[in-house]
Amino acid sequence: MTYKNLFKSKAETWSAAALALLVLVVLPLLLPIFRLNLFGKYLTFGFVGVGLVLLWGRCGILSLGQGVFFGLGGYCMAMFLKLEASDPISTKIQSTPGIPDFMDWNQLTSLPWFWVPFKSLPFTMIAVLTIPALVAFIIGWAMFRRRVGGVYFAIITQAIALIISLGIDGNQGLTGGRNGITDLRTLLGWDIRSTSAQYVLYYVSALLLFACILFGRYVVNTRMGRVLMAIRDREDRVRFSGYDVALYRSFIFALAALFAGLGGAMFVLQVGFMSPSLIGIVPSIEMVIFAAVGGRLSVIGAVYGTLIVNLGKTTFSEAFPEMWLFLMGGTFIAVVMFFPNGLAGLTEPGGFLSRQWQRWAPKSLLSVFRSEVEPPSEAASEESLLKGATEGVK
Amino acid sequence: MSEEKDFLLYIEGLGVSFDGFKAVDGFNFYMDRNQVHVIIGPNGAGKTTVLDLICGKTKATSGSIKFKNKEMRGLKEHEIVRAGVGRKFQNPSIYENLTVFENLEISHPRGRGVWGCLVFQRTEDVSLKIRSVAADIGLLDRLETEAGVLSHGQKQWLEIGMLLMQEPELLMLDEPVAGMSVREREATAQLIRKISAQRSVIVIEHDMEFVKEIADRVTVMHLGKILAEGSMEHVQHDPAVIEVYIGH
Repeated sequence: MTYKNLFKSKAETWSAAALALLVLVVLPLLLPIFRLNLFGKYLTFGFVGVGLVLLWGRCGILSLGQGVFFGLGGYCMAMFLKLEASDPISTKIQSTPGIPDFMDWNQLTSLPWFWVPFKSLPFTMIAVLTIPALVAFIIGWAMFRRRVGGVYFAIITQAIALIISLGIDGNQGLTGGRNGITDLRTLLGWDIRSTSAQYVLYYVSALLLFACILFGRYVVNTRMGRVLMAIRDREDRVRFSGYDVALYRSFIFALAALFAGLGGAMFVLQVGFMSPSLIGIVPSIEMVIFAAVGGRLSVIGAVYGTLIVNLGKTTFSEAFPEMWLFLMGGTFIAVVMFFPNGLAGLTEPGGFLSRQWQRWAPKSLLSVFRSEVEPPSEAASEESLLKGATEGVK
Repeated sequence: MSEEKDFLLYIEGLGVSFDGFKAVDGFNFYMDRNQVHVIIGPNGAGKTTVLDLICGKTKATSGSIKFKNKEMRGLKEHEIVRAGVGRKFQNPSIYENLTVFENLEISHPRGRGVWGCLVFQRTEDVSLKIRSVAADIGLLDRLETEAGVLSHGQKQWLEIGMLLMQEPELLMLDEPVAGMSVREREATAQLIRKISAQRSVIVIEHDMEFVKEIADRVTVMHLGKILAEGSMEHVQHDPAVIEVYIGH
C-alpha cells in the first residue's frame, strides 16, 4: 500500500509528528510518573476520539454510546486481571476461595460460565479486539438495515449506554456492580502498579494509539473515505451507485468500537479498575466533546482535543472545584459556536488562523506567503463556516 | 403480450398505493434492448413513481418487474443497481465536495464491497474508463474541478456519466434536460442517442421537441395508468392524449 495515502495533507503530517514528539519524548521526560500516568489515561480516551472522527465526522453517524464499547474492552481486560488477582491463596479467607471477592460477598459459590474463558490471556486479547466490534456490528446492522439514522440513532445509542451501565450496576455478583472491578494487581505475574510497568504501559498505549491514527488516516484517504463522506452527504446516490450503505455504516461503527475497546483495555491496565461510571451517558457524551473540540474531521485533531479537554478538566477541577463543570460546558459551547471544525479546523487553509493572518499580517509578509498559502475569498470561508455550523447543530 | 420474446424489461400489473391512493395502477411495460423509451404525462401522472418502483426506492404493492428475466421486486436498491439498472434523479444528485474525477471513480463498479473499497487502487484501466466517460459527457477538461461549482447542465451530465461508469444495461433518466439551455438540450439528445447504441434508456420528459428527437417509443401516463403507447407520431394523434393535454 502506498504511504502517500497516510500523509496526504502536510498540516496533518506536521501535527502528527508534533504529537508523536510530545507524547513519546517530551511528556515522559518532563512529567513525574503520577502525571504521566494521568496522561496515559487521557490517551486511552484518544482511541475513542479517533473512532468518533471516522464514525461521526466522516460518515455522519453520531453515537452517544461509545462508552459502551470502551467499557466492553475494559471489562474484558479487567475480568482477566481480576481472575489472576483472585488466586486461591490470596483469597483463602473467603468462604469460596479462588473466585473474585465481590462474588464471594454476593454468596456465589462458583465462577459464572462467562467468566471462565477469561482465565486465558490469549482469549482475553482476542475478546478485547472482537467483542466490542461484534456487538457494535450487530447493533449497527439491526438499525441501519431499517434506515434508522441521525438523531434517532444517537438517542438509541444513548439508551443502550444507559441500559448497559444499569445492567452492570445492578448485578453486583456477576460484574462487581457499582464499585466495578477493582484491586487489579498483576498481568501474568508482572506488577502493573510499579513505576516501570506504568512507563511500559504508557508507551504501549501511545504506540497502539498511533497505530489507530495511522489506520484511521489510511481509511480516510482511500476510496473508503470518499464513500463514507458520500454516504454522509448523499446517501441515496451512494445506494444507487450500487453500495450497500447499511453494511458500510455497520462496518465503520464496528471499527470505531474496536478502537474504543482497545482504549478501554489500555485504560484498565494503566488505571487499575473498571466501573459502570465509565460506560454510561455522561462519559459517552464527554467522549463526543473531546472529538468536537479537537475537530471531528481530523483523526489527529481528535487526539489533541482529548488531551486538552482532559488536561483542562484536571486543571479546572483542581483549581476551581465548584466551577469546573461550567468552565467545561462553556468551552464546549464556544468551540461549537466559533470553531465548528474544532482545533484542527483552525489550522486549515481558510480556517480561523489563516484569516487572522490575512487580516493582521504586514502586506510585505503576505506577498511572500501568498504563493504557498492560497487564501480563499472571505465570502467562501464565511460560507463554509456557516455550513459547518449548521452541520454541527444537526 | 406473449412472454416468449426476450424483453430486457418486462413489467406486468405493477401497482402501488399510498394509504389507498393508487399512484400507479395496472402498469404494463415491455422494453427491448438498445431502445429509448420516453414516458410523458401531466404532473402527478405517476411517472417518477414508476421509476422509483423499478429501482427499488418505493416498494410495489402488486405486479411483477422482470429485468433480464429476473424478478426485481423485493431486491434492495444496491442489488438492483448491481443487476444493471442505473437511475438518475430529477435534481442533479452528485457529490458536490468531490472532484469530477472522484465522482466518476466512486461510481466505478470495482470496490463496492467494504474490503474491496479499502484496498482499491486507482489503476490504469480505471483512469482510462473515467477519461472515456468524461469525454462522452463533455467534461474531460473539468476532471479536477470540484463538482459543486459546475453549471446546472454540467451537473446533469456528470450524473449521467456516473451512471455510465456503472455499465448498466438500462438507464432511467428523470427529466434530464430540465433547466438546460437550447444548446445543452441538443448535446444531451446526442448523448442519449449515443448511449442507446449499446443500452436501453427510459426517459421522463416534458419537452415535446426533445421527446420527438430521442424517442423510439412513447408511453403516455395519466392518473397512474397508461393512456396510450406507440411512436411519437401515433400518440400525438391519439384523441385520449389530446383530451388530457388540451381538453377538460
